[in-house]
Amino acid sequence: MLTIFNLHAKVEDKPILNGVSLKVKAGEVHAIMGPNGSGKSTLAGVLAGRDIYEVTEGDVLYNGKNLLEMEPEERAREGVFLAFQYPVEIPGVSNTYFLKAALNAIRKHRGEPELDAMEFLELVREKMKLLRMDEELLKRPVNEGFSGGEKKRNEIFQMAVLEPKLAILDETDSGLDIDALKIVADGVNSLRDPNRAMLVITHYQRLLNFIVPDKVHVLAGGRIVKSGGKELALKLEKEGYGWIENGHQ
Amino acid sequence: MIDLNEGKAAFLNDFERQEAFLSRFGSKGLHDLRRSALSRFEELGFPSPSEEEWRFTPLGPLTKIPFQLSPNGISQRESEVAERLQPMGIAPPDAVLLLNGRCARPLNSAGLPENACVQPLLLALSEKQEFVERHLGRYASFETHPFTALNTAFIGDGAFVYIPKNTTVTKPIFLVYWSQSSGEPTVTHPRTLIVAEESSQATIVEVFLGRPNDVYLTNAVAEVVCGPNASIDYYKIQDESKEAFHVHTLQVQQSRDSTFSSHAFAFGSVLARNEINSVLDDEGCSCTLNGLYFASGHQLIDNHTRIEHARPHCSSHELYKGILDGHGHGVFNGRIHVHPNAQKTDAKQTNMTLLLSDDAVIHSQPQLEIFADDVKCTHGATIGQLDADALFYLRTRGIGKEEARSLLTYAFANDIIQRVRVDLVRRQLEALFLHRHQPTGGRTT
Repeated sequence: MLTIFNLHAKVEDKPILNGVSLKVKAGEVHAIMGPNGSGKSTLAGVLAGRDIYEVTEGDVLYNGKNLLEMEPEERAREGVFLAFQYPVEIPGVSNTYFLKAALNAIRKHRGEPELDAMEFLELVREKMKLLRMDEELLKRPVNEGFSGGEKKRNEIFQMAVLEPKLAILDETDSGLDIDALKIVADGVNSLRDPNRAMLVITHYQRLLNFIVPDKVHVLAGGRIVKSGGKELALKLEKEGYGWIENGHQ
Repeated sequence: MIDLNEGKAAFLNDFERQEAFLSRFGSKGLHDLRRSALSRFEELGFPSPSEEEWRFTPLGPLTKIPFQLSPNGISQRESEVAERLQPMGIAPPDAVLLLNGRCARPLNSAGLPENACVQPLLLALSEKQEFVERHLGRYASFETHPFTALNTAFIGDGAFVYIPKNTTVTKPIFLVYWSQSSGEPTVTHPRTLIVAEESSQATIVEVFLGRPNDVYLTNAVAEVVCGPNASIDYYKIQDESKEAFHVHTLQVQQSRDSTFSSHAFAFGSVLARNEINSVLDDEGCSCTLNGLYFASGHQLIDNHTRIEHARPHCSSHELYKGILDGHGHGVFNGRIHVHPNAQKTDAKQTNMTLLLSDDAVIHSQPQLEIFADDVKCTHGATIGQLDADALFYLRTRGIGKEEARSLLTYAFANDIIQRVRVDLVRRQLEALFLHRHQPTGGRTT
């Protein structure tokens, strides 16, 4: 589904990614771990199409298409979803309006009929149960005044509604207490699907106790320096990132 | 150098032609007022940009166009007007409708409380001359204002609203001014008088519309008299032709414990000058001025507000938001004047501007003049662009770039729109922002 080859990216002349290569198949969950500043969020941003990053080399193929040539909204319509590390507050736009506009844009792209208000409400009610979210949140402006936990839950809730093919979760666990983490992880797990791939970006191993990955990659210095099974995450938890960084820089 | 007084002659000639007709309405006293207003206009002439109050609003183009008073009444298919009003829930029979400054249709007064009155000003000048003249022209001073002087000189048709003591009018009162030019640029000087007596309550919606792309000048003045403990909720929707000129002065006189709120929306015209002057003339008054305007293309929208805190224990709240796209030009000048004895004044003024293009310009001037020492007065102005993070966030959810810009623009405007208490008007404004005013700037993302 996703093939990243020798990806280099910089922000304001500062190179961040220095040759990332990665293959993710449908149905797989890959974890990307790494110390602060290793380029994890940059990778997520580049995949979602954030324009502050400039790709200087390499390719990203998504279902056979050149992902880097697409606008952010095209990527989303083709099934790429980024759960933000810091979800953005948008005062003045209700969660409902926002999500309905998003869903209908994606449905239109897929050639499916747009949902009317009633059909939409039915759908979101079902998905809200999954994340144990209060319906009141729908009426509130997007993320405005949400607690950290509510924001992260709202991201996964959006993912549940939009049903992406490739979900990139950027530090979805950061700032969550254990109860919120479980709810979010349950939500993510319920969305695991043979047709859906996930890239779970995290600094801590804790999340991977709940979302068990098929593969774990360690990003350091803008490159994937080690790949392995889920046991790699445990080793990192125990020994820290030091042994990898020292060995590779 | 443009000779600003070139255009003056056309108005003076207009007056000569109209005088016999106008003098039939109202007392000799009123006609004397017209004549002295005309001579004041003649003396003042059009303001030049060297005058502080008009620094950012050059009137050159306006004074070049030979505007003509419209012949009495135009044969206008009402359906064209009705179509524009329909989304706001206004049917022509429910509104005082003025076509090119002449009342085409008095309001169907069924549903109005007994003794309350909503009628064309010409009719009111015939039927209730003495009462009307007790107020008409008493508040909106033309000493320093050529456009108000001009309007006063042409006092004729317009709208008259009277809400008697202890009366509540629940249905919104719609006053609609429609302009069009039949080839030649036209001018109207509509005058509105609203008198709300003690402990009365009403909602008034003034709507200014015109045939798209027609060239005309609307020079309107409205006077609002809020009696003790009266409460007036006033709305103005200006969606004139994009080639039109719009000058409007709202003069508000507030008595003890009265509440006045204004919500002014401006989208139309190539040049608009909106003035609101509110005098809080006794204790316990509350005054709210909210505004939202959108200027794109080469539009210039100028908002001048003056709040006179003349007495103690009054409060005023003002929030104006502007959205500027293309070569749009905005002016905000908000003065709060706290008189020496107006202790315990609570005044808050905020002006926020959203710039959607590199070529849009805003001049924002808050002016607080405080001569009392025990007051709470704040003001603030912000100028910003669409939030790049928010834009990206929306796009990562599949929302297209233009729609995302439009949605964020709407989000900026939304808190003003949500303050509108007339449901259909609010919904119409929401629709306008979400679907019609798609930003076109594009370059600042």
